Amino acid sequence: MNIHSIGILGAGKVGIVLAQLARHAGYEVYIAGSTDPKKIALTTKILAPGAHAVSKEEAALKGDIVILAIPLSKYASLPKAELAGKLVIDAMNYWDEVDGPRSDTVPELESSSEFIQAFLDQSRVVKALSHMSYHELHDMASPAVNPDRKAIAIAGADPKDLALVELFVNSIGFDTLPLGDLAKGIVLEPGHKGFGASLTKRDLEKALKD
Amino acid sequence: MTASNSIKKATNLSFGIDTFGDLPTSDDGALFSHAAAIRQVVDEAVLADTLGIDIIGVGEHHRSDFSISSPETVLAGIATRTKNIKLASAVTVLSSDDPVRVFERFATVDALSNGRAQVILGRGSFTESFPLFGYDLRDYEVLFEEKVGLFAKLLDENPVSWKGTTRAELKDADVFPKTESGRLDVAVGVGGSPESVIRAARYGFPLVLAIIGGAPDRFAPYVELYRHAAEDMGTEAHPIGMHSPGLVAETDEEAKRLAWPAFKTSWDRIGRTRGWPPYTKEQFNYEIEHGSLYVGSPETVAKKIAHAMEALDVTRFDMVYGQGPQKASVRLKSIELYAKEVIPRVKELLSKSK
Repeated sequence: MNIHSIGILGAGKVGIVLAQLARHAGYEVYIAGSTDPKKIALTTKILAPGAHAVSKEEAALKGDIVILAIPLSKYASLPKAELAGKLVIDAMNYWDEVDGPRSDTVPELESSSEFIQAFLDQSRVVKALSHMSYHELHDMASPAVNPDRKAIAIAGADPKDLALVELFVNSIGFDTLPLGDLAKGIVLEPGHKGFGASLTKRDLEKALKD
Repeated sequence: MTASNSIKKATNLSFGIDTFGDLPTSDDGALFSHAAAIRQVVDEAVLADTLGIDIIGVGEHHRSDFSISSPETVLAGIATRTKNIKLASAVTVLSSDDPVRVFERFATVDALSNGRAQVILGRGSFTESFPLFGYDLRDYEVLFEEKVGLFAKLLDENPVSWKGTTRAELKDADVFPKTESGRLDVAVGVGGSPESVIRAARYGFPLVLAIIGGAPDRFAPYVELYRHAAEDMGTEAHPIGMHSPGLVAETDEEAKRLAWPAFKTSWDRIGRTRGWPPYTKEQFNYEIEHGSLYVGSPETVAKKIAHAMEALDVTRFDMVYGQGPQKASVRLKSIELYAKEVIPRVKELLSKSK
């Protein structure tokens, strides 16, 4: 499978930065906010030129990979049917500043991405692009030749899906560090070692081990 | 391309200082009480006024490390001891407040100060006010949308009729005191949410960008978004401001040495509640070099401010001063250098680049 188009659900700070990076890397980008695409048309035109502002259903259908970048507590609004069969990158975090207490939505001890995978039971969920702040994603994206290039940790079980996500993440400006299955991704959540990490691959590996 | 249009046309650049009322320390390291920290901010505002700084902005927080939970009360205190400085909130968390009360309190500050009050509406990056006043954060959007709508009506200073879901209905409610100018000065503080930028444009409010991390240039498209949105909606696109943290000392080395422990303490205290890793020297240095920390000698800081103001085409810069347990003497010195050396130098740099 070749990746030509990226769907992005969420047109807030993270969604917009990812749209910018994906456009810069030459992908067709379909981005959706929570409601009418008209509401994000101007934002998209100016902040992520060339990206298409569409409905969430269309973004889900048109993306070869679909990135989730909405507040995690709003997960039930994801277009589940349109995401069936899709490779989905979960870039969300439970963020109590926005979402309220985590235990209101995600069961204790379970990683938030496993929770999302259980909800999107017809999709293939990989966790990535969630541990670095949106402004660092913007500032730190760099070509592969940069010796201090930053790395994004990735959690997911299927080797083919992992390879596609690695390819994509690499193409938008980051090295990749696969961690293993989705459950392993809990180290990237707020309050855990990997959260907020903006490090080279070697340093990230070390930080997650220590 | 609209870049630098405002700066080129501007006859009036304005420079402010902002604080959340962090608890300072004495020279021997003893932490000030909340009450002493509030008096310190009033003294700093008086100094700033004497030195010709244009604006002081005070934030609203409801946690132990910050002394100011009631910005208007502090501004009222400052009002009666100052002459020229503009008195701003940075920011007023309208969503967890009552728009009628906010209007009344700021109109009162405006009276005490002969028209120097400015309300900056925003979310802020803290959320303790929501549970404290009985609001659910998950209602944030509807709370802000409704309350900003009501507040905009109140600004006309005519009797208001209003109905919504977040407060009691108003029928021809006339609210006092009226201001002498007929309209309170209001802006919206935005941290990077495109929706908030568009909202500011929709109401025709000036925009202040809170840029607390990363390269300031990243916000240039937001400035463009604000101007395009205002054009589309037929409202006025006002001059734009920015607010970023900093510390000025005699030399770069001294500024870094003084800023680092206080910034780290402040950052890590907040980070612990949000699940961030500890703040590193690398991040600190990156922010000074490329990001949004205006820490250094007057020359270094002036160059950085001039670059950011030009890159973003903004005509107002507010420096957030005194983060963390910083010595009161260092805060005062930083304000003095900012007023006497940084501001004139920024003006000079920007007039040269015209």
